Amino acid sequence: MEEAELRALIEDVRTEKLPRRSFIERLVGLGLTAPMASMLLMHAGVANSQPAPVYKGTKRGGGGALKTLWWQGPTLLQPHFAGGTKDQEGSRVFYEPLAIWDNDGNLVPILAAEIPTTANGGLLEGGKVVRWRLKKGVTWHDGKPFTADDVVFTWEFVRDPAAACVTIAVYKDVTVTKVDDYTVLVSFKKPTPFWATSFVAAEGMIIPKHLFSPYVGAKSRDAPTNLKPVGTGPYTFVDFKPGDIVLGAANKNYHMPNRPFFDTIEMKGGGDATSAARAVLQTGEYDYAWNLQVEDEVLKRMEAGGKGKVHVVPGGDIEFIQVNITDPWNEVEGERGSVKSKHFAFSDPKVREAMSLLCDKKSMQEFIYGRTGFATANFMNNPERFRSKNTKWEFNIDKANALLDAAGWKRGADGIREKGGKKMKFVYQTSINPTRQKEQAIVKQAAQKAGIDLELKSVSASVFFSSDVANPDTYGKFWADMQMYTTNMTAPDAERFMDQFISSEVSQKANKWNFRNISRYVNPEYDKLAESAKSELDPVKRAATYIKMNDMVVNDFVIIPLISRPRVRGGNLKLVTTLSGWDLDFSALQNWYRESSPG
Amino acid sequence: MGHYLLRRLLTVVPAVLGISVVLFAVLALAPGDPFAEMALNPNVPPEVQENLRKQFGLDDPIWQRYFRWLLAMLHGDWGFSFISRVDVDTLIWSRLPVTLAVIGASQVLALMIALPVGIYSAARPYSWFDRIASTLAFVGFSLPTFFTGLLFILLFSIKLDWLPFVYRADLAATGAEWWVQQFRQSIMPIMVLALFQAAGWTRYVRSATLDVIRLDYVTTARSKGLKERSVILKHVARNAMIPVVTLVALNMPAVFGGAVITEQIFRVPGIGSLLIDAIQRNDTPVVMAVTFVSACLVILFNLIADILYGWLDPRISFR
Repeated sequence: MEEAELRALIEDVRTEKLPRRSFIERLVGLGLTAPMASMLLMHAGVANSQPAPVYKGTKRGGGGALKTLWWQGPTLLQPHFAGGTKDQEGSRVFYEPLAIWDNDGNLVPILAAEIPTTANGGLLEGGKVVRWRLKKGVTWHDGKPFTADDVVFTWEFVRDPAAACVTIAVYKDVTVTKVDDYTVLVSFKKPTPFWATSFVAAEGMIIPKHLFSPYVGAKSRDAPTNLKPVGTGPYTFVDFKPGDIVLGAANKNYHMPNRPFFDTIEMKGGGDATSAARAVLQTGEYDYAWNLQVEDEVLKRMEAGGKGKVHVVPGGDIEFIQVNITDPWNEVEGERGSVKSKHFAFSDPKVREAMSLLCDKKSMQEFIYGRTGFATANFMNNPERFRSKNTKWEFNIDKANALLDAAGWKRGADGIREKGGKKMKFVYQTSINPTRQKEQAIVKQAAQKAGIDLELKSVSASVFFSSDVANPDTYGKFWADMQMYTTNMTAPDAERFMDQFISSEVSQKANKWNFRNISRYVNPEYDKLAESAKSELDPVKRAATYIKMNDMVVNDFVIIPLISRPRVRGGNLKLVTTLSGWDLDFSALQNWYRESSPG
Repeated sequence: MGHYLLRRLLTVVPAVLGISVVLFAVLALAPGDPFAEMALNPNVPPEVQENLRKQFGLDDPIWQRYFRWLLAMLHGDWGFSFISRVDVDTLIWSRLPVTLAVIGASQVLALMIALPVGIYSAARPYSWFDRIASTLAFVGFSLPTFFTGLLFILLFSIKLDWLPFVYRADLAATGAEWWVQQFRQSIMPIMVLALFQAAGWTRYVRSATLDVIRLDYVTTARSKGLKERSVILKHVARNAMIPVVTLVALNMPAVFGGAVITEQIFRVPGIGSLLIDAIQRNDTPVVMAVTFVSACLVILFNLIADILYGWLDPRISFR
């Protein structure tokens, strides 16, 4: 989609010719995130839609216990040390950010009094400064008032490199200043179209100054509050055993009326996804289960138990194959997979295209994922129900054969193609996971018919995804011809996500294979686009650029997007949740309740 | 006796050191690091990982890390978990009561099954009782705990809907209600472990009793006109129990180490599940602490078993 088209669409929404929801759906179809699309509208002066969460609770408490299963239990409850989402979710029960993303990409205020807009004077100096007004009358669980000092302190705490906070990227380049007790300014070095990063969603949780101020920098690990969180959230802390259980009780002084509904909350960890699904869907022992990576077939059988149902929430996770365009087998200038080297087959785009034609995404969706995955052509996420009709992907063995023939790869006596004495034998690696091994098998079968011999390799996930420099099997080194994994588009903005293909981010020996361009794609044109997007002030132009960049990597076949994986959760039939694919499961925990009769 | 004890204790020191070196080396050489989860998140800059590696001292050479660990350990500092940033001893203490309760109860139950069944079988070898007991014992130790565990869940939780299959360390109830709930949630994991253990021990008790029951002094006791009951209990069982005591003592470290698989199936938050989580996430300090303590306990209980043996059997002298 071109910039002009995009502008016309926004205008249509503004004049109410096009419903806001359809606009967001179209942009998501082009590979943008819903929050990004929503930001475009906000910038154009179209107000957030007010998705009234139909909360039916009439009084605080009285709802009994909310029992949730997290098969990987939270291991720490400091939101800024959180190694993974499980820890962020655990922290989110107690801590809150200024605002969250709902499922339509709306920014919804939590600790903020309102969402900053140009109209209410929240966006100043042409996008360089954001003014947040804070909600008044909010107290921490220990009774101390929540003020601008806490917000400023959170920024100071996180940006200190000695504290090694995982959220540092969001805070290190901004400046936060206090205007009065209930107003803060977040200033960026340059105009920033996507400003809703600090103090928003999973990485934006505010921590109390009065409890953390003696423990900043290297001392941060010693803070007793790390284990006994004191936040502003709907539930107060009761007990925590790392990796096992988090217990909370209703916050009697919560700042939203009639909330929370439940008297207590429990997050139980341990076990595996299948038995978690069973405890919610089949026996009803628990109310809610996180991340049910279980075959849809099994889930359906459990749902027949009649106790719970599966929630499928579209999000930004993509299962994809990376094709190695460098030589992973021979050392060039002292390293395997050097950017200076060329892959014997995949350096030819036609071969890469043939490979992509051999990925039977439809079978993967039908036979492996069911409701829990959608075949996709885009790298930036793309749930099926929003899919634009313009993007396409194909599974076509004949076409792949023709392409390979034309590229000079002739079949040998054993049916394997060869050219210049090199046989078309590829190593295709991924992490150990039953679903992935099935996907590998599907690709291998098709490849065989095209005269390509795939050697399937699977590496234990804890090794594959580690940054261990000494290990040859990490995904960062990518010492194989193809590899497959899921990348999580956790940030609602595409900037960091699309960094994965800039040449300065190439993962190699010099940076201990720690950088993000793992496919080692080098394309000056892409770099130029990425650079221009970064400094682009106009959000519409910027969005158009990201769409172009997405097309570029997909059409160059350096990656083969396979399956867009929505979030799969299990919930009791009576439990009403407010889930968002762009934020944490618990982002709107205060609105969860149980219906008195099955709905 | 004093000399013997001293000598044994002295040999423990190099053994413990050797074990720690081997454990540390294996863990250090094992692939992976504790930051796998962060690596997948594009929002975490690589500097954070590098910073953490430095803070945790992961970039130093192995021998340096080992001596740092040893020195801290001698001071009673077990280090802290790379994953939860909590002190390792806090983590272990929070998990220990559950493991002691569940595994301990299962061992006691196993003994309570194995002793009477084993002795009775030996007193009447090749009777119907013995044959049935033997068959069940073979079935018992051929079935792995993960299988019986799932079988129990399928039967008692899903088909009959009698028992919960998620174990909770923090039960909300108090008083009698607490005991009822505790019983309901612990019975399955305890039975799974107890039946497996009892099966093996029954065979052992039986053969130990058979060895003794044929000895001359038993015949003497019988010919004195003693009742069969007191012959078996006072004369046979006492002597037959000597090797069994050793076996049970050697099994005690397992009570600390937990049962990895059973704990995972029933979500029992014990040492076993702590260990497996730590291994999966490459949380070296926790793995090191749990395995090292287990190793020390094995050595300790070996010593205790040897001493007990001499005490029970006066023919053995310590030199």
